[in-house]
Amino acid sequence: MIKRISNLDKNKTINRRLFILGSAKVGLLGLITARLYNLQISEKKKYETLSDKNRFREWKTPPKRGVITDFYNNIIADNKRVYQVYLSLDETKNFNNSIFKLKNIIGLSDAELSNIYKKKQKIKPWDTIMVSENLSWEKFSKLNLYLHEIEGAKPVLSTSRYYPYSNDLVHIIGYVGDASADDITKNKKIEENFVPGLKVGKIGIENSTDQILIGNYGIKRYEVNSSGKKIREISYKKETQGENLRTTIDIEVQRLAQKLLDNKAGSICAMDIYNGEIIALASSPTYDPNKFTYGINKKDWHEIKNNKLRPLINKSIAGLYSPGSTIKPLVALAALEYGIINPDLKIKCKGHDHPYELYGQKYHCWKKEGHGIMSLRNAIKQSCDTYFYEVARLLGVDKLSIIAKRYGLGTKVLENIFPEEKKGLVPSTKWKKQVLEQSWYLGETVITGIGQGYIQTTPLQLCLMTAQLANGGFKIKPNIIYNSNFNYEEILSKIQSEKNKPIEENILQDRNINLYEKLYKNPKNIKIVLDAMYGSTNEKFGTSFGSRHKDKKYRYAGKTGTSQVRRITEKDRELDLDTSEIEYKNRDHALFVAFAPYDKPKYAISVLVEHGGSGSKAAAPLAKMLIKKIIDRDKEREIKREELKII
Amino acid sequence: MISSSLNSLNYSFIDKLKSVDYFLILIVLLIGAISVFSIYSTENGEFSFYTKNHLIRLVAFFSLFLVLSFVRVSTWYKHAYIFYLLALFLLILVIFFGISASGSKRWINLFVFNLQPSELMKIAVIVCFARYYHRIQSADIESYKYLIQPFILILIPCYLVITQPDLGTAILIAGSGIAIIWLAGLNIKYFIYSGLMVIVSLPFIISILKPYQKSRILTFFNPERDPLGAGYQIIQSKIAIGSGGMYGKGFLQGTQSYLEFLPEKHTDFIFTLFSEEFGFLGSILLIFLYVLLIYRIIKIGFSCRSFFAKLYCFGFSSALFLYVFVNIAMVVGLLPIVGAPLPIMSYGGSSMLSIMIGLSIVMSCKIYSHEIVSK
Repeated sequence: MIKRISNLDKNKTINRRLFILGSAKVGLLGLITARLYNLQISEKKKYETLSDKNRFREWKTPPKRGVITDFYNNIIADNKRVYQVYLSLDETKNFNNSIFKLKNIIGLSDAELSNIYKKKQKIKPWDTIMVSENLSWEKFSKLNLYLHEIEGAKPVLSTSRYYPYSNDLVHIIGYVGDASADDITKNKKIEENFVPGLKVGKIGIENSTDQILIGNYGIKRYEVNSSGKKIREISYKKETQGENLRTTIDIEVQRLAQKLLDNKAGSICAMDIYNGEIIALASSPTYDPNKFTYGINKKDWHEIKNNKLRPLINKSIAGLYSPGSTIKPLVALAALEYGIINPDLKIKCKGHDHPYELYGQKYHCWKKEGHGIMSLRNAIKQSCDTYFYEVARLLGVDKLSIIAKRYGLGTKVLENIFPEEKKGLVPSTKWKKQVLEQSWYLGETVITGIGQGYIQTTPLQLCLMTAQLANGGFKIKPNIIYNSNFNYEEILSKIQSEKNKPIEENILQDRNINLYEKLYKNPKNIKIVLDAMYGSTNEKFGTSFGSRHKDKKYRYAGKTGTSQVRRITEKDRELDLDTSEIEYKNRDHALFVAFAPYDKPKYAISVLVEHGGSGSKAAAPLAKMLIKKIIDRDKEREIKREELKII
Repeated sequence: MISSSLNSLNYSFIDKLKSVDYFLILIVLLIGAISVFSIYSTENGEFSFYTKNHLIRLVAFFSLFLVLSFVRVSTWYKHAYIFYLLALFLLILVIFFGISASGSKRWINLFVFNLQPSELMKIAVIVCFARYYHRIQSADIESYKYLIQPFILILIPCYLVITQPDLGTAILIAGSGIAIIWLAGLNIKYFIYSGLMVIVSLPFIISILKPYQKSRILTFFNPERDPLGAGYQIIQSKIAIGSGGMYGKGFLQGTQSYLEFLPEKHTDFIFTLFSEEFGFLGSILLIFLYVLLIYRIIKIGFSCRSFFAKLYCFGFSSALFLYVFVNIAMVVGLLPIVGAPLPIMSYGGSSMLSIMIGLSIVMSCKIYSHEIVSK
């Protein structure tokens, strides 16, 4: 009986306790349900995203670069098919083994090998590593033969930059290389499209037009498993190639210009005097841009870097030289425009025995025996220094400076394309006071009159100066990238209507002049100067008479220049050595500027040969050959221009 | 032994068959079927090693469950302590002859399969305690003599299991034992006192934990502290469950498991896989099946005449609830990852065996519900 009661009691207890436990269970189940609701319904989006992030991985594929052509569609920067081999780490069980086999098949150097190991440290265990960027076809096909033996090896067909005219255009086009951290931060387009393996322009047009040339990368989406192994491709947004770019360069003229400078240090520029299209922009010595695509090797780099003739400098835009006598037409023009002299002014050049004297300082003409009595035309033609000493003295450096700047000296010509372009220097009294904190001496004016002293110009500036004289004195804008908006007929008609406009009073003041506006006060003065330049090339005693073209079609007008690289001493004068007898670094620079054809001017050129000696002997003969080529190509250029208009 | 039980005088075989709880069997079969499909999914829809093994075990142990159901409940009562001692003996055996895997020594090689005695202990402790409290009068429960004994009975196996180390199973063993003590009617104050003691000694407990256990607990509070290490499992599990959404990604479509982001997907994280593929609705349905199972066991408990059977049924149902709760709470991030399988669903022979034995005792309680276990 007692047991009964006890059992009843126990049953009561157990039921009560079970009820409490049951309530707790219901509570806990509620908790789990709430949690599941929270995970699967409230925060589904978040976890779905996380799940997708887990299983999708994106591989960016580098875009193809736009192709660069010359004016005639000749490709000057191309995309070449290259054979590469990668190693995908997640498919490689034994990395060392695979690398060893690859080494034997494609022949890797120790340096390359250590580079690969270095790269491996930096990447994730499921990434791929580039083993060789540029394999020959033989090695590539050999690799494919043994592919099954090498775990994780991936042969890839890719494209890379290739410059078919290797050395001929490097200073214009530049070259590409791997994007550096600096490139990425500086250029937004590169930052946005950065993909490992993306090549970016390092210098030249490749660099300044990266914006256009770099396309948009592609995206391959893969599903991957937890160890990063690709399971399948989900989608592929194809990369887009960058836009193609047409330059104004004529590859044939460019190649000739480059060839003319073979074994010399110097520059040749050629441009259209109306639309400013640069036809050739040669600089010598040169080097092969293709070497830079995969990183240049040390030996080649040292060879280029340590070359005394400085191949890395684009001399056309970044080389600074005293213009020498090539500035004389401009000095004459300034003096005429300001009414300082008239063309009939006669000055006697008496030779080295009786040099030009100012405050006890002697200024010699280059001609030992003297030119005799000179008029303006003769003085330009025969390049008489004595005459221009006096003209410069009369004119004053400040007036000369206004005119020199107006015709293109002292400012960058193509500033946006070549960041390394130099401004040069057109001195004035104000400049000297501000920069050197000294007052100007009249003697400095005198030597500025023959393009010596402080004045510094780039060959392209001299070419522009000549072009703006040859086109009758109108401001133009040189360009090297073809722009269809520059309509030739439009420019000509603009210039025509500008000619008929009345001349403004303040034209000779230091003021800004707009594109295609006139630079002169009196067009007659320009004619006088151009006529004198004609004489210089086409008449006896002219300094470039020896390099003239007899055929009227090629006839051109030019001005020689010889720029001293050091002060000529009395002893030098006595010795009177021939160029070849002087030490190379002390030889004069030879310069020449010209425009052609004379009857209907269309092109201007400038030639500079560093330490070449005299302009008439070293520079003018090169100009002669180049002008022939340019004129021969003129018709074709016109045809092409019409063609481009239709497009 | 079995045959003698089956040929009981009081019950004809037909009677026995009649009193079998078929609904319970149906639920077990349903969960079993779901488990096979889930394991099949962990193998990306290939009928290979795990699925095959799981199916074989399910069939074998389910048959064992049916057969053992006809063992008299009084037999279980009589041999309760022997069962406990056997499990304890096997646990000790593990120390000497155990097989190690991934840093812990939990198994004994039985040639047919590797037995995990700690799983057996989960049931043994319930049977043992049911018998223990069956005989004690309500008034005596609170005497020190009867307090110390169950305490030691829990402590010994728990210690052995913790040193394997296997914190999860130890907690489940202790939990099952405590549940029965609770049901037996020990004064609430003891639970409150020991609860407080646990809290007070928590710093000490933490200091003796293994480093990996510590990091698991730290990770529980902030999985992001080591997303690729200790926090990886729970982060990936939450991602899998969360991305399943309302209806799930579909059978065999669980990307988290298919792409191997999910660790231990056939054992402790089987619920995660199921939840990813069948979503909130599927999960609720599966939980509901477990609730039904537990409800059914409690119902059987009510119908039992003997206190032993009642206590066993209620205790086992509570233990079952504990297993399910700990596992799911763990994979959804409500509890630290301690390593506890989901009954029937998880791949693992010993767990399946112990659950089936546990269920067979329940069924025996049902069949022999009117039997008085002791004179």
